[in-house]
Amino acid sequence: MPSSVMPTPRRGDGPQSSAAVSTVGLRKSYGDKTVLDGIDLRIPAGSVFALLGPNGAGKTTAVKILSTLITADGGHAQVAGHDLATSPDGVRAAIGVTGQFSAVDGLITGEENMLLMADLHHLSKREGRQVTAELLERFDLTEAAKKPASTYSGGMKRRLDIAMTLVGNPRIIFLDEPTTGLDPRSRHNMWQIIRELVSDGVTVFLTTQYLEEADELADRIAVLNDGKIAAEGTADELKRLIPGGHVRLRFTDPSTYQRAASALREVTRDDEALALQIPSDGSQRELRSILDWLDSAGIEADELTMHTPDLDDVFFALTGGTDQPKEAVR
Amino acid sequence: MSTPLAPARPARLSLALRDSSTMLRRNLLHARRYPSLTLNLLLTPIVLLLLFVYVFGDVMSAGIGGDGADRSDYIAYLLPGILLMTIGGTLVGTAVSVSMDMTEGIIARFRAMAIHRGSVLNGHVISSVVQSVISVTLVGAVGVAIGFRSTDATALEWIAAFGLLALFALAFTWIAVGMGMVSPSAEAASNNALPLVFLPLISSAFVPVDAMPGWFQPIAQYQPFTPAIETLRGLLLGTEIGNNWWITIVWCLGLAALGYRWSKAVFNRDPK
Repeated sequence: MPSSVMPTPRRGDGPQSSAAVSTVGLRKSYGDKTVLDGIDLRIPAGSVFALLGPNGAGKTTAVKILSTLITADGGHAQVAGHDLATSPDGVRAAIGVTGQFSAVDGLITGEENMLLMADLHHLSKREGRQVTAELLERFDLTEAAKKPASTYSGGMKRRLDIAMTLVGNPRIIFLDEPTTGLDPRSRHNMWQIIRELVSDGVTVFLTTQYLEEADELADRIAVLNDGKIAAEGTADELKRLIPGGHVRLRFTDPSTYQRAASALREVTRDDEALALQIPSDGSQRELRSILDWLDSAGIEADELTMHTPDLDDVFFALTGGTDQPKEAVR
Repeated sequence: MSTPLAPARPARLSLALRDSSTMLRRNLLHARRYPSLTLNLLLTPIVLLLLFVYVFGDVMSAGIGGDGADRSDYIAYLLPGILLMTIGGTLVGTAVSVSMDMTEGIIARFRAMAIHRGSVLNGHVISSVVQSVISVTLVGAVGVAIGFRSTDATALEWIAAFGLLALFALAFTWIAVGMGMVSPSAEAASNNALPLVFLPLISSAFVPVDAMPGWFQPIAQYQPFTPAIETLRGLLLGTEIGNNWWITIVWCLGLAALGYRWSKAVFNRDPK
């Protein structure tokens, strides 16, 4: 992509940043089920973008379309300056994809998988071996290099998967639910890997169902609900939309509960559980002021728990679907 | 971070050759690492060869005409058909391994890479043809070991026989790849490819076509296996080839073109 060409800013945000991915009105349906219903995105180069949403929201479909695996029914999209419809090979040359299901060849070894990628990127034998050794080392797979990939653990497969994606030095990387099904340690390893990618200047498009993950990694987050972008912004911007964060006070004695409930206003009562909910953003400062407030009112709860916003909260807040049963969005 | 050099995009044809040979290496690696499927499929024609020669040989030799035809005459009659059956068996393996491969995540990775799009299938096809040729050679060696001798085939006729087997394998492999592509599972692929195993049974492989019921003879005569078997017999044993050679070539070219277009079309469809 010629960088000397003056970029023409379409919108107000970041006039100098060229978009790594931009879509207008992207649509996809299977039969009469609409999966994506007009998606508009603009992801600046070198940033991390998270597409957040529950299962079935259309996240994977969006990744599949943007990585040229399937074609959209409507709308336009550009990836790395190439039009998806007219120049899919241009897109493919610039991207790397690690899908939700492991994209390694289980019948051959980890090293052979890496060398296969090197061959497909037309690296010389020497370069291929060098890149393979470096990446296996970097992803802690050197010991397992000579074993068939089918014998790898979930975390190892995921690491091999990303290592294979990096062989061609892609400038834009799509990661579809990179941590789903990983244990907590592997998940944190994966986060570290993603942060390193970003520091190399790569644009990362990731999907996740965990707000925490988007919060940890992403510059901007879009919430996908039912095929539409329900909200888009930084993690902080989104959190401001969420009323779900609160401090929960639980009492064992009904009379203490009643006294507390009448003393504290602006609380949500749960008479059956003898619990009160005070809205909170979860910061240390606000927690201290709540505690001071309780002390000055002479209230002592038997149990105090912090509740931080999760995807359910975001989801309900953004869709206004408080009357829906929670299970429906899990 | 490693910094592999960004290679210039080579021209289309060299891209196709290079990526196809990479995919071929991958498929051959699979076959070498997991040879049990190939070996199992090789067992069937060898067992059939031994069974028909040593168990049914005396009866069967009476059926191929010619007074005083004995067991060694029947070996000569039988082997060309068995060689083509060997290809048929390898095709089942092709359909099964293609259908299994298409369910693997790595195929999605290949689709999202800037590689020659046909290379995935080309790798399967060439690898399968290579396996067919090796299997045919092994079964042929067994045939020679139990007494098959060519009457007076020249070097050119041997080459032509070999070329015919390779062309036949290539044509049917494209059909088998298509069958594997549309099969949702390995079992389904194995079932779908079964006609390729049954066809030689109703050809002139075991008994002459004119020993079959009259209404059935046209089917047996013009299905692809019979002309190929008769051409092979002509090349190796000096029997009359007649119009069989060009019927075989027409079949092979037609099936190859059909299988090629079918497989490509299925591969280019959006995956589920």
